Amino acid sequence: MALPAVLALPACTRTRAEPAKVSRVFFTAVEQRFIMAATARLIPGDAKDPGAVEAGVPFFIDLQLAGPYGRADRWYMQGPWAAGAEQQGYQTSKTPAQLYRNAIGNIDAHCRRAYGAPFADMPIEEQEAVLHGLEDGKIELPDVPAKAFFAILWQNTQEGFLSDPMYGGNRDFAGWKLIGFPGPRYNYVREISQYGQPYDLPPVGLLGRDGRRLPA
Amino acid sequence: MAIRLEPVDVVLVGFGWTASIIAQELTEEGLQVLALERGVDRATVPDFATTHVQDELKYAMRMGMFQAPVRETLTFRNSRDQTALPMRTLGSFRPGAGVGGAGVHWNGQTWRFLPADFEIRSHVEARYGAGFIPPDMTLQDWGVTYDELEPYYDRFEYLCGVSGKAGNLNGTVQAEGNPFEGRRTRDYPLPPLERSAGTLLFDKAARELGYKPFAAPAANASRPYLNPLGVQMGQCTYCGFCEWFGCGNYSKASPQSTILPVLLKKDNFSYRTGCDVTRVKMDAAGKKARGVIYVDLEGREYEQPAELVILCAFAQHNVHLLLLSGIGQPYDPATNTGVTGRNYAYQITSSVDVFVDEIMNPYMGAGALGQAIDEFNGDNFDHGPEGFIGGGYIALWTTGGRPILQHHLPKGTPTWGGGWKKAMAENYLKSVSISTHGSVMSYRGCYLDLDPTYRDYYGNPLLRLTFDFQKNEHAMSDYLTEKAALIAKAMNPRSINIKKRQGHYSIVPYQTTHNTGGAVMGDDPRTSVVNRYLQCWDAPNVFVVGASAFPQNAGYNPTGTVGALAYWATDAIRTQYLANPGPLVRT
Repeated sequence: MALPAVLALPACTRTRAEPAKVSRVFFTAVEQRFIMAATARLIPGDAKDPGAVEAGVPFFIDLQLAGPYGRADRWYMQGPWAAGAEQQGYQTSKTPAQLYRNAIGNIDAHCRRAYGAPFADMPIEEQEAVLHGLEDGKIELPDVPAKAFFAILWQNTQEGFLSDPMYGGNRDFAGWKLIGFPGPRYNYVREISQYGQPYDLPPVGLLGRDGRRLPA
Repeated sequence: MAIRLEPVDVVLVGFGWTASIIAQELTEEGLQVLALERGVDRATVPDFATTHVQDELKYAMRMGMFQAPVRETLTFRNSRDQTALPMRTLGSFRPGAGVGGAGVHWNGQTWRFLPADFEIRSHVEARYGAGFIPPDMTLQDWGVTYDELEPYYDRFEYLCGVSGKAGNLNGTVQAEGNPFEGRRTRDYPLPPLERSAGTLLFDKAARELGYKPFAAPAANASRPYLNPLGVQMGQCTYCGFCEWFGCGNYSKASPQSTILPVLLKKDNFSYRTGCDVTRVKMDAAGKKARGVIYVDLEGREYEQPAELVILCAFAQHNVHLLLLSGIGQPYDPATNTGVTGRNYAYQITSSVDVFVDEIMNPYMGAGALGQAIDEFNGDNFDHGPEGFIGGGYIALWTTGGRPILQHHLPKGTPTWGGGWKKAMAENYLKSVSISTHGSVMSYRGCYLDLDPTYRDYYGNPLLRLTFDFQKNEHAMSDYLTEKAALIAKAMNPRSINIKKRQGHYSIVPYQTTHNTGGAVMGDDPRTSVVNRYLQCWDAPNVFVVGASAFPQNAGYNPTGTVGALAYWATDAIRTQYLANPGPLVRT
């Protein structure tokens, strides 16, 4: 079948459309700026050595929060609510999506007060100080437990960096290439006893070598 | 008003390992057997196909194969003076839901308990004196011995095609096997799995220290295997996605890969999914079950009459159903009376991460690919100088190298940022972890009852778990961890990271799904819910099968013993109960 002339132009060297780099199914524009900035601190990177942003982690988190995970569909969410001891686990009445929405608003308000700018506009060192403050519980937020939010943000960031690319993160297998995981492969019967030998086939995802979430 | 259904001979609550075994056996007697499963239907094809099942996000992080707390959970506290709060998401343990139960997502680590484990109180008193047992430790003998269970362990191992090497054949110790195990009448059905790079390092170090390491028994088939029911299993491909995943290769033993192809063809067996059993329906006198009450996904309530009711759900759910149904006197820790909910126990685990110079390729693994030593399990060593009871195995498992949860980072690594990223790149391929897997004894203050505040989806009180690690368990676990650290140091590492289990038991970090007790077996109705055949003392046509029967927990993974007990109890039903329905043990 002959291609229309316009698609056969030499300038059009890519055979497939690039998947979207960002999505905003759940996040507002302001929230997205926070997530881009925060995940860039959690797993920093650049074009040569991809980190969370280059690997599509904000895209991944946005889609997760828009779905059953963000809604806490599987969680027991009946009251009464009490803080409880640390050993008793998550006791916040907010779903992950609500936790993000409240926390980001609270953190940006904190940053404006303490640093005169929202988180995304702060210098790297100040952003890192705020993240450490959330992680250690030294910054208190009015609407959500800061430590619980940091824990979930860091967990979701690692998930986006290291899960199958079909979920929108780990773009071009950035996370798996960094550590040397070759992806979900079916058979190592021969290789398991080749001790000390590197396994050098390139990564593969559940959607194949391309690994992308959306078919072109 | 519940819709009354046509009676069956036997109704099974749950459709995992124990229900599948019991259904297969009792249908051979010509009985009409029905299994009621709360979860969804699942089959190897298409549900566990390798084209999609190796998905860490869906199954490990989003917990695709486990019970959903929105429908069923429990409340938890460390001690009686606290207010229990709901387990809102799964953490420390992960019960399965769906056909095959947790038998779909387990690793396949298939151990036998030690002979002394079954007679622990008698054994400890004889060797160390009665004063060695702390007063609040409610240790008790099982009412069944290892020798009695041996043929049933054998049946479960041959059903599953367990890969391993005997350590004690008819009393003769075998090289390369576990010299501490109880006598077995024949070797494992399959030879051990291939060794991983990590297990070889562990093996060498352990031998240098004078231990006798062995290949841990694995319900992951090392070779193609035809089991006694005529079901064919395939050779494990070491894909590294066992725990929390279904096996698409027919290699990991599960109800689907060992029993269901035969059972589901039988005219006298049926099962229904999406059925939450909420009560065992008792007769007016409360002495005999008439069947069960269940609710389907559309909220309709049914009464399923049956001559015989067998609870085959996860350990905690068995206990929850007994409490909701009023079977057995609920345990009261204040007076130390009552039985239902008594002697809940768990497992105490720790690890030592080992960072080496060579590539370990950790993602090439299998759920039960491990090398272990048993020198510090049970009473295999003199506890006199140590002052604690119990023990556990020390093993290096190569279960897989899933990137999100199965990476190890050296001590002092930043928790995030550029330092974390660099450490991930440097250590993922060059690290392994040694784990210790310790017993947990039973205590007066560790038990299950009904929560006074929180309710489930149907308005029933949630089960309440009161549990903490006690001094004895911490002492034992620290002892094991120190021994594990010495092995780690002998592995010629760059560095090690010793992770002791410290402080209160927490329901948050994953530890194991080895929850035991609450409907324990025994010889005395004052301290057990079921007799030695897992038959309720208070209702002879109700049997309660599973780890709920363990009077305390041993230092091994429980599934081998759960499988053996299921065969043992079913054999008693087939050979004794059916001819003469009534109590199998007179008091």
